[in-house]
Amino acid sequence: MHELSVCQGLIGQVERLAAEHKAERVTRILVLVGPLSGVEAPLLERAFTIARMGTLAEDAELEVHEMPVRVWCDACREETEASLNRLVCGKCGDWHVTLRSGDELLLKSVALDIPEEEPAEAG
Amino acid sequence: MCEYCGCTTTPEDIQIKDGKGVIRTRPADETSIEVLTGILDENDKLAGHIRDHLADHKVLAVNLMSSPGSGKTSLLEATIDALESKYRIAVIEGDLETENDADRIRAKGVPAIQVVTGQTCHLDANMVHDALHALDLSDVDILFIENVGNLVCPASFDLGQKANVVLLSSTEGDDKPAKYPVMFRGADLVLITKADLIPVLDDFNPENARRHIRELANDADAPEVSARRPETLEPWLHWLDHQVAEVKAASADRPAAHAHHHHHHDHGEHTHPHAHTHATILDH
Repeated sequence: MHELSVCQGLIGQVERLAAEHKAERVTRILVLVGPLSGVEAPLLERAFTIARMGTLAEDAELEVHEMPVRVWCDACREETEASLNRLVCGKCGDWHVTLRSGDELLLKSVALDIPEEEPAEAG
Repeated sequence: MCEYCGCTTTPEDIQIKDGKGVIRTRPADETSIEVLTGILDENDKLAGHIRDHLADHKVLAVNLMSSPGSGKTSLLEATIDALESKYRIAVIEGDLETENDADRIRAKGVPAIQVVTGQTCHLDANMVHDALHALDLSDVDILFIENVGNLVCPASFDLGQKANVVLLSSTEGDDKPAKYPVMFRGADLVLITKADLIPVLDDFNPENARRHIRELANDADAPEVSARRPETLEPWLHWLDHQVAEVKAASADRPAAHAHHHHHHDHGEHTHPHAHTHATILDH
């Protein structure tokens, strides 16, 4: 299950962002995952519950947006939906197509809890 | 520029929004940061570094992937026999346990570094980077990276290779490309191995395998080879010749300033993600 490795990479990125913005904790993480990335969304979610332990993202909610598989056919000049193991034009059936969506493995956004800076006490 | 969707977001232009209307309603004290970077960004950056380094040394790196038992090591042994007088070869072996495969390669007189991955089901750029420290690249023309036997996980990790070669043995189903589309979509070459067995098997049709590869929008060739019949390796050896020639030609075009001769893996100019795996590197 390489989803754990992927999750550790994700947590590493998120923790760096949190540190950059002086955040106390990470509250939400949104990722975009296409099936052709080789990562299974349910496995990623399960791995996340392990990978987040002891990190700034310990209480974070992971939101996984699954992306559709879409291909562009040069001959038809059209984009159609395709299935994971039949990347062919939905119109003419030709395999000379370009993948337009479906292999994403992206960190889309992170929600952080950033404490307000306390004004320095006079004294 | 983001390699996934063609957008122009980079880590440097992260926008900070104060939680109003971004993605969904959230508490006012929450700050949402739009990122849009690859989740495997760290791995990919290190893989890019490895790729540059290999190019500087004019080394062709091939990532060999397949299910366990489809004949990666046997293919390498036969390939070494065929090419040892022509090219200087080195091998990185990835396995969950044992140094057996590296020992088989070393018996051929070729340097082999074993990466024992423990519970990790794939090689990542970090492991390959560590293994490269144990190799003298100025003495190598072709570096074979034999990945962990697994048709799923290795597909997601860039190792800095020039090409992916996926083995499909005739004792597996000819519909493997349809079952493991992520792996076979990324193949630059598919080798149908143990082809000497095809006549005695009634359920493996190489044409079906090729059709399934095409249906992944992949135009990779899929020649039939057998490590036991050296004459069948011709298309594979020819493909390697072509790849080596491309690497040598591309290296000739690279500006000299890119050469890394002045340092031995200068760790000052990049950060390495050393934290996540516990692979053991064995070079003897």
